[in-house]
Parts: sequence; C-alpha cells; structure tokens
Amino acid sequence: MATDAITTLRADTASLPFVVKLHEWVTTVDHKRLGILYIVYALVFLMIGGVEAAVMRIQLIRPHNNFVSPEVFNQMFTMHGTTMIFFVVMPMLFGFANYLVPLMIGARDMAFPRLNAFSFWLTAFGGILLYFSFLGANGLYGDGTAPDVGWFAYAPLTSKTFSLGHSTDFWTLSLLVSGFGSIGTAVNIIATIFCMRCPGMTLAKMPLLAWLNLVMAVLVILAVSPLSAAQIMLAVDRYLGGHFFDTQAGGSAVIWMHFFWIFGHPEVYVLVIPAFAFASEIIPVFSRKAIFGYPVMVAATVCIAFISMSVWAHHMFTVGMNANANTFFVLSTMAIAVPTGIKIFNWLATMWGGKIHFKTPMLFCIGFLFQFLIAGLTGIMLSAAPFTWHLGNSYFVVAHFHYVIVGAILFATFGAFYYWFPKMAGKMYNETLGKLHFWLFLIGFHLTFDFMHIPGLLGMPRRIYTYEPGRGWDTLNLIVTIGAFFQAAGILVFVANLLWSYFHGETVGSDPWDAWTLEWSTSSPPPVYNFAITPEVRSRRPLWDLKHPEDPDWKYEYMERS
Amino acid sequence: MGITGCSNWRMRFAAQAIVLLYVPVAALADPADRSLSPTNIFAPVSTPAHSIMGLSLFVLAVTAGIFAIVFSLLVYCVVKFGKPVDDNGREPPQVYGSNQVELAWTVIPVLIVVVLFLATARVIASIQKAAQPRNAIRVVAIGHQFWWEYRYPDLKVVTANELHIPVSDPAHPTPTFITLLSADTDHSFWVPRLDGKTDLIPNHPNSMWMDPQLTGLYLGQCAQYCGTQHAKMLLRVYVQSRQDFDHWVAEQNQPAHTSAPVSEGQHIFETTACINCHAVSGTGADGRFGPDLTHLMSRETIASGAAPNTPENLRRWTQNPDSIKPGSKMPAMGLSDQQLDAVTAYLATLH
Repeated sequence: MATDAITTLRADTASLPFVVKLHEWVTTVDHKRLGILYIVYALVFLMIGGVEAAVMRIQLIRPHNNFVSPEVFNQMFTMHGTTMIFFVVMPMLFGFANYLVPLMIGARDMAFPRLNAFSFWLTAFGGILLYFSFLGANGLYGDGTAPDVGWFAYAPLTSKTFSLGHSTDFWTLSLLVSGFGSIGTAVNIIATIFCMRCPGMTLAKMPLLAWLNLVMAVLVILAVSPLSAAQIMLAVDRYLGGHFFDTQAGGSAVIWMHFFWIFGHPEVYVLVIPAFAFASEIIPVFSRKAIFGYPVMVAATVCIAFISMSVWAHHMFTVGMNANANTFFVLSTMAIAVPTGIKIFNWLATMWGGKIHFKTPMLFCIGFLFQFLIAGLTGIMLSAAPFTWHLGNSYFVVAHFHYVIVGAILFATFGAFYYWFPKMAGKMYNETLGKLHFWLFLIGFHLTFDFMHIPGLLGMPRRIYTYEPGRGWDTLNLIVTIGAFFQAAGILVFVANLLWSYFHGETVGSDPWDAWTLEWSTSSPPPVYNFAITPEVRSRRPLWDLKHPEDPDWKYEYMERS
Repeated sequence: MGITGCSNWRMRFAAQAIVLLYVPVAALADPADRSLSPTNIFAPVSTPAHSIMGLSLFVLAVTAGIFAIVFSLLVYCVVKFGKPVDDNGREPPQVYGSNQVELAWTVIPVLIVVVLFLATARVIASIQKAAQPRNAIRVVAIGHQFWWEYRYPDLKVVTANELHIPVSDPAHPTPTFITLLSADTDHSFWVPRLDGKTDLIPNHPNSMWMDPQLTGLYLGQCAQYCGTQHAKMLLRVYVQSRQDFDHWVAEQNQPAHTSAPVSEGQHIFETTACINCHAVSGTGADGRFGPDLTHLMSRETIASGAAPNTPENLRRWTQNPDSIKPGSKMPAMGLSDQQLDAVTAYLATLH
C-alpha cells in the first residue's frame, strides 16, 4: 500500500515542469539525490581544477616562458590544489558514500537526512566562496584576487603583512565552511553505519565499502577538526590582533605546519580509503571471487587509520626538527607500509585463481593497483628522511602525490563511476568509450607523472612559475605537458560517455554485473525508499547466497579459514 | 602453461622491471658528470650529500626489488586469470582467505621496514648530530623575499646572493656550518650537490653543514614557496681553494671604493630612496632591507641570480626591476636617463 503511494508520487514528478524539478533537487534530503549532487558538483570542479593545471603546464612547457605572470601562476597552483582536494576528491567520495552506504547496508536513507542536505550545501557554498575570490577579494587597496599562498598556506605568508586584501580570507572561510560540511557528513555516515544496518548484518558481515567508509568518516572528524581550529586561529590573527602564527610578534610559523599536517596526512587516507573501498568491491565481482582475507582487510584499514594519525611530521622533514623527532616520524611512516602492503597482496590474492572480466571498471582497478604500488614505493623512498631532504618540495614529491591522488584515487573512482553508473542511471555506459577513456587517461597519466619524478631528482623545486635553462629540465617538462593534454582528452571522453549513456544508453536491469551486494537487489535506479521490504542477510554476499542456494557463503565465512 | 614456464616468465619479467628502474638511476648517479644537470642530487661532492645518496640508492634497490615481485604477480594474475574464451560459465572456486599466507605477507614487510628504518636512522644521526669542529667556517644565511643575505660573523664579511666557502680537504676537513634565519616568510636552502635542503623560518633558527671536496660553482634555488618571485630566488655557492677564499675575504674586508669621476652617481644614490634599503660601507648608505652593495661588482649576478651582473643589466634593473624579475621588492626608481647613467657608473665602481 505504502509502496503504491510512493510510486505514484514518483511517476507524477517525472512530468513536472523544470522549475519544480529543480526545486525538488535543491530541497531534496534523499541520500541518492544528494550523492548525485555531490558527484556532479565534484565533476564541475574537476573541470575547473583541470583548466588550472593546464594553465600551469603550458607556462612550464619551456624555460622562461611568459604565458602567465608569476602572480597568476601562484594563484593557479593554490586554487588547483585547494580545489582538487577539498572540492573535487572529497565531495566525489562523499557522493559515492552517500549514495552507496545506505543501499549496501539495506537502509532506506542516511541516519540524518536533513543534516545530509545541510552538509552538502555547506560544501557547495564553500567552493563557490573560494571562487568568488576572483571577483571579491580585491579589498580596499585592490590587492590580490584569488588566494596565492599555496594549498597548505604556510605562515607567515598568510599574515596581513604578506597577504594584503582578502584573498587569504576567502581561502580560510571557504575551507572552514566546507570543513563543517565534511564533519556533518562524517557524523552522518558513522551514525548510519552503526544504527541502520538491516537485520542480520553484523559489523563482520558488512560489505567492505561500508567498513572503509566508516573508517574514513572517523578520520574526517579527527583530521578536519584541527584544520578548522587552525583556520579560526588564522582569522583571529588577521582580524582580531591574534599572534598565533604572526612571527613578527613572536608567533610560530612551525605551529601552523603542525596544525596543517595533522590534518593533511590523515586527509590523504580520508581520500584513499574510499578508493580502497571501490577496489574492494569491484575487483571481487570482476574476478568472480569473494574478497580474500576480509577480516585482515578490515584490520589493515583500521590499522592504517591509527598509524596515519602519527605520521604528519614526515611532511616537515626539512623544517629543522631534531634528529630524534625525525627518526620517530621515519619509523611511523614506514610502519604504515605494512598494512598497506597487506591490502595490495589481498587484492592480488582475490584475482588469483579467479576468472577476470576486463570490463572498464576492472581496467581502472588494475590501473589503480599498478599505480598505487608505485605510489607506495615512492612513499617509502620519501619516508627515509634524508632522501626527503632532497626530494621534499621538489617535483618528485609532486609526482608522488599525484600518483596517489590521480593514479590511485582517481583511477579507482573512475572504476566506481563505470561500475555504479548502471545503478545510478538505469542505463549502461558505452564500453568502447569507457575503454578509450581508460587508455587515453593511462597514457596521459604516465607521460605526465612518470616523467615528473625526474626533474625532482635533478633539483627542480615545486611552485616555480618559470625555471632557468641548462638544468636538464626542459625536455622533461615538455613531455609532462604533452601528457596533460592526453589526460584532458580522456576526461572529455569520460564526460561525453556519461552524458551520451544517460540519454541513449541501453536500459539495464537491477543487476547487470551479476554482483553480490545489496544495492544490486533493488531496481536501477533504486526507488526513493530503496527497498520495498527491508532485506535480511546471513553473509557478506547476500546475493551470492540467493544465486547459489546450494553453496551459500554463510556456510563458509567462519569455517573456511584454516 | 607449465609451472617451469610460468616461473621463467616471471623471472624474466622481474629482471626486466629491475633493469627498467635501474637504468635511469645509474644514468643519474655519476658524480663526475655535470652535463646532465648542475643540480643533480646523484652527483654529490660533499659528505652529507654523499651519505644521502648512499641511503637513497639502498632504498631504491629495496623498492625496486619489491616492485619487481609485486608487479610480476600483478601481470601474472592479469595474464593467467583473464577470462578464457572457452568459459564453462561456472564461478571459480571461492577462497575466503588463508592465515598462513596473510601472516607471511605481514611478517616479511615488517622485516623490510626494520632494515630500512635502521639504515635511515643511522644516516639521520650522522648528518644531524655531526659536531662542529673549531676550524669550521661559520656563515649566517638570512632569507629575504626574494634574495639571500650571507654574513660571516668571524670574518666580518657581509654579502648577498653568492655564497663563497672554502673547499674541504678530506684529510683536514674545514666544513662550513650555516645558521639559517629568515627576515620575512619561509624559504629553503637547497644546493643539491652539497646537501639536502633545510628551511629558513622566521623565529626558528635552523642549521646545516657541508664540506665540499671539489672546487667549483654549485647551483640551487629556494625550495619553499615564499611569495611572488619564489622562482627567481636562485642560489649560487662558490667553492674555492683555501687560498682563493682567503683572498676573497680580504677583498670583501676592504672599504667601499670611491672615486671622483662617479661622485655624481654616488650623490644621487645617497640622496634618493636607494639608501633606505641598501648599504655601502663607509658611506651614508646603511639600509638593511636589500642586499649590501659595498662589493657589488665582485658578484657575477644581480637580482639573486636572475641576470648577469653587467652595467646594462644594472641600468635596466634600476630603471625597471619588473623587466628582469616581476614582483621583486625593488621599486622602479623613476630616475632620468642621465641620473640612471650616473648611478650605473657609480655602482660599476663598487668592486
């Protein structure tokens, strides 16, 4: 009866005029719509951040180039970094978490739907505030437009003395606002996972994606809070006569670094753990095997989260900490390689002995594995503090973290896009375009970021708007720039594929991948209420049990391990 | 594919991967070769840079080994378990985990981490805990937006942008110990062939040391974003024989050169805003905001390495600094052509 009523409502909305539909989207508290809003928002900012990257790459295509002024270049790298971290990757991952977590745990919505909407709109306005700086940050003296202090905004460059006008204020406030949005979403994810799992789904039977997003949400609260505190302190310094970071009045520049990186390092795991989550769902389905070592995967994730809280100062090996502090952070940083290694081995073991289907989502996950392996290994190099005395703040570090964020996180996220697109849109994406996207992006990625390591080894620091000829950097920078255009082409194919498939794709049923988790048990796209009848599960792969009544998982999950 | 076939194939792949990683490193790691890049971290000429390279090569070897193994496993999985064409449509056997295997790939990485950690800790201690010998040259380097000030407290020398230090004979080391300070924002001192980088942070004195064993000019640049012209805050370190270094110090200790033919330029210099920022010892000019110009002409470059120190460039720099280094803190002085000529002539006598 209730089902009928809701269905009727939905049928009605399909024929409503645009303004009414728009109003529905703006006022929605449905986790799926908010998830899609997050994702679309992130895609828009991905384009903007990409254009900023392209401007930088054109400027660096040859030494002493004059494509943009140093002022503009400095704004570009600040906006590119801030945008990509806070307004692309985080909202994108929050979007997927929002969409998928309730579906995968058999819930009808998030625990706090209105908090969910509030958090999204905070994040959304944070991004708009940041970009309004191009128009509004001139201040009384016409100084500055967009922020130009770098995405980690080291003090005292952010003080009134060195940053006139309001550019730094726009940066501070936009991150403060979106930070509260992130904390709201994190609280929501935690509450949803703890309180709203369907009958039978104990924590040990939750899909890995839910587990990993739970850990991510806890890290968001732990990491974003100190960042918000630091932003407030910075605002107090700039407007209320505080001297936290004002070195000219006895404040400490190093305290800012500690505050920023105690956010900044866990943040890396906030971003990469959801990418692990995608891989942990996609690799089993396309290898046709259960995930290998589920309890160890969970334990490794929790372990990574714990250790990630104690490694922040490896971003500060060059700031003159004493030998003992440096040694401690070397150890803690290297230690994180162990649980991370376990995850890579478990994914490989999942593929081992399976029947691998090379669909686009799986291709992106294989790319993720390969690039995450290299990113991890360059991470080990950087954890050796003396090596970082050279590599820190060089192009090697830039290449390393782009390997993590693009090579690992973005690749896994593209995998997630293709994997869940049929669920979200009810249409299948175009496989040929998907593969074209994969190969273009793979080639572009490796042209850009493989070659970017080498100028770092040859002494090229980051954040320079131009460089001297004769340092051996010229050809390498040219190759890096060429790669950027391959990546741009890949992204265009990706967006074209999403749009084309949304309107003209082949309609799919509820379970196009023959998958095993609960989101595939409801229609594509799922109805507003997700499940007409609350599902009940007995194992980690409820749909496997359904499809293989002769050989269900729940018989084995606790016995098979010897 | 038989088991022998597989392992041969894997071995070949592993070998290829190692070669792939090692060729570029080997090409970079040639101390004598400066043609590749004057700022190559794998061409050290000083003890700290040497120790860092030793550690770096060890870490590279270990990570290359790990890469070879894991990458071959990945390729093997993709090739071997790619869905065969004659698929029987059945699901493969479901394996949920294995305690033994998972324990193995936990314990082995732990052992590798222990080894890497000990090797790293040793190098950190050897560089950071090195004692300063009595005969060390002491230098105070002060970072400014966007230039370097160098003070030698024992030798009473003040100069800018071009650091001179003596070569250090391994038998009788005369290392240089540098105290790193900042007058404004954060900077970082990085001359890759001499040492890793250390930041210059206001209110937070740092230090570093180097004992270059080969004379020559070593390049680098500021490695911590410090504002608009971070890119043209270049570093030049002249490592000289002891004799040449002592000679340079003696020259720097001379009072500023003055001569009658350029008195007009000197008068303009001393009666305009120039002296608010620049010092010329023995004259009325005692500004501290910009570089000390007492021995300006003993330097090969101006604007912190951005341009060669020629009279034409000096004139251009005085007239319109933005044409060489847009965003530098040096203002355009608004002098007439005649005044510019006179000031340039004066500056050109400051040997």
